[in-house]
Amino acid sequence: MTEMTAERKLSALEERFPGKVSPDARPGYEGFTVAPKDLLEVATALRDELGYDYLSSVTAVDYPEENVFEVVYHFYKSTGGRALVLSAQTPRNKASLPSLTPLYPAADFQEREAWDLMGVKFEGHPDLRRILMWEGFDGFPLRKDWKEAYYEEEHKPFAARWPEGAVRRSEDLNAFSGNVAYSKEFMAQPDKYEEEAEPLLYAKLNEEAEKMGRNFETDFVTVNMGPQHPSTHGVFRMAVMLDGETIVALKPVMGYLHRNHEKIGERNTYLHNMPFTDRLDYLSSMSNNWGYALAVEKLMGNRVSVPERAEYIRVIMAELTRISNHLWAIGFLLNDLGAFFTPSLYAIEERELILDIFEATTGSRMMCNYFRFGGVARDFPEDSWNKLKDLVNERLPRRIDELDVYLTNNEIVGSRTTGVGVLTPEEAIAYGMAGPVLRASGVPYDVRRADPYGIYESFDFDVAVRYHGDCYDRYIIRMDELRQSLKILQQAVKRIPAGSVLDKNPYNVRVPAGESYGRVEGPKGELGFYIVSDGSANPHRYHVRAPSFINLTALEKMCVGQKVADVVVILGSIDIVLGEVDR
Amino acid sequence: MTDNAIPNINTPGYDVPAEMQGQVAVTSMDRLLKLLDPAYNWGRRNSIWPMMFGLACCAIEMICTAASRYDLARFGMEVMRASPRQSDMMIVSGTVTKKMVPQIVRLYNQMPEPKYVIAMGACASGGGPFKEGYNVVSGIDRYVPVDVYIPGCPPTPQALLHGLMKLQEKIDSQSITRERWYDSDVPADAIPVPVLGPDLMDPRDFKKMKQLAKQGAKA
Repeated sequence: MTEMTAERKLSALEERFPGKVSPDARPGYEGFTVAPKDLLEVATALRDELGYDYLSSVTAVDYPEENVFEVVYHFYKSTGGRALVLSAQTPRNKASLPSLTPLYPAADFQEREAWDLMGVKFEGHPDLRRILMWEGFDGFPLRKDWKEAYYEEEHKPFAARWPEGAVRRSEDLNAFSGNVAYSKEFMAQPDKYEEEAEPLLYAKLNEEAEKMGRNFETDFVTVNMGPQHPSTHGVFRMAVMLDGETIVALKPVMGYLHRNHEKIGERNTYLHNMPFTDRLDYLSSMSNNWGYALAVEKLMGNRVSVPERAEYIRVIMAELTRISNHLWAIGFLLNDLGAFFTPSLYAIEERELILDIFEATTGSRMMCNYFRFGGVARDFPEDSWNKLKDLVNERLPRRIDELDVYLTNNEIVGSRTTGVGVLTPEEAIAYGMAGPVLRASGVPYDVRRADPYGIYESFDFDVAVRYHGDCYDRYIIRMDELRQSLKILQQAVKRIPAGSVLDKNPYNVRVPAGESYGRVEGPKGELGFYIVSDGSANPHRYHVRAPSFINLTALEKMCVGQKVADVVVILGSIDIVLGEVDR
Repeated sequence: MTDNAIPNINTPGYDVPAEMQGQVAVTSMDRLLKLLDPAYNWGRRNSIWPMMFGLACCAIEMICTAASRYDLARFGMEVMRASPRQSDMMIVSGTVTKKMVPQIVRLYNQMPEPKYVIAMGACASGGGPFKEGYNVVSGIDRYVPVDVYIPGCPPTPQALLHGLMKLQEKIDSQSITRERWYDSDVPADAIPVPVLGPDLMDPRDFKKMKQLAKQGAKA
């Protein structure tokens, strides 16, 4: 099947652009290459003529040997199907490509990220500021020749750690005994430094606010919400410009939890990365594990196969994760509405029961580190089966109905959320929304159905979809998904076969050279892992397409024109986790 | 008698005439104040208001600790305050990044004395799994003084509770007579707020930076 579609795809693209688009010749690469000057034309045709209207991922890869940066785009059809991978190369010394943001607004934050971390300029981008690091930071950290202050060696395991284990502490080797480094020129006059980030942010905010015009004869008021603000679910910041109480401009500011997942990931061996993926979206570590395992398994090809029992356990774990995540999201949405902590207490109570199962299975409540390439780390504990069955068949359905009774027809919930933060289906696709946010806007796109992975094809469940695209629908769709997850779980618990849970001993894998993009339907949306392997024990490029991050692209769109109190609700309805936003 | 024990006013350590023994208490102001310590500290340690401030994964476990199963309210600590001006304790719950450090230091400076800091989890204590990252600070104790470190990644709610009990022990061991913040003539020492330059800069390092630049050494 895949060969057929690949052939058809090839012919369609190549027929349309003879000589401009060519299949990637490198072994293990599946996409097409295009020259930078033709990129906009090809992308326009992809969107308007070939139906690839959903730009899922944009990322840059550094190839120091060829002296190029390659920017890789993953396009999908919002009706389902496999990816179309397009890549364009640009020389390292003056890295620049046309921006796709005017065509696909979904590229906005991702291009800013590529500029921030890799230093690839995108011509025509409306707001190309740094996004995760701050404006003024010295260097582009994801470049292969950029070394951090605590740099030890190119790859792990570091020689200092084994076999003798003569560990030298990095801070002892640093002049400031900290994780910092400055250029000599700068050190001569450190107190003359002037901050760049904030003035740039406010200039941009002012510019956009002035465009909106004003209703009152008063000045605009700038309000900073975050990074320490109870409504932002972590260290997220929104710089908001207000006209009266109405929002005229909003800029999300992130990176307060940017902990260098990708740079560390490129230094780790493949298995090393598994526990790090737990800490991306720390409310749903099992889904993250799965996405990463999927990407690596795809690269390994037929060297690895997942036993059937392990596939069932994966589904069980991923769906339990979805339930615990959605419970949390609903509880804290109510928190944001002003029902402080009482609804959350109900939600957390159920979540604790799911965490008990995780703890019994994996040894940890949150950071499960459970998946392996070719299965899962250990079998489901025998004495937890009854607990699980009771949970998915008896307790959770009852508790979800209870939540439903209290919340769904609640007058305050209704009046605070109905018609707030509306996103139309066209906008949702254009902005690259994923998961519940996309489906609440009337686009029935679920990776479990659109591009099935694991054994989801064998389960009977519906893709939840709602059509108004407002905060209320984003709440109610999570209720629907809770029920669908339970439906999957009830089938999985009944049908799970006996057998082994791990293929071979997959602990120290070496994967063949090539690229792969593994994506799963995480609780927050499409979670993708893009890996480029050069055949060594460490990934050459490791990128995470984080749904929380990209879902924030539309935050400004949803908020402008609303009242300031609604921002909190809109942000709560997107359901972000900062570990994943900032990575 | 240890320093913290309640002083026995009947045997003050002075010469008291036999006929007056058991009738008068001869003591100093210090020792009288020490009599207050147990009651005063009992009140303080059972009403610590934490700051509502979560950084990363550990914040989730912090919230779980405040929820019904672990029930932080047993310790009088369930009143999470979003404002540093109203809080007694800051739980640094998660990875401290360079971008976030100025805000954390500012929040700490805004808290009224007596204030306590708990470094929750591996990251806040020493950088944790992300220590080598270019945007990660190796532990919050490089900027603000920490009272209790809680290991774990993330620490379970039980571990956090244990850490809080350790903090209570610490509070119990404090005395009105000795702690810095009851002396009116000791000025409040604000911690200099780090600056985001080409890399994170601690204003306390400026002198050293200039010195290094002069030597021509590259750090």
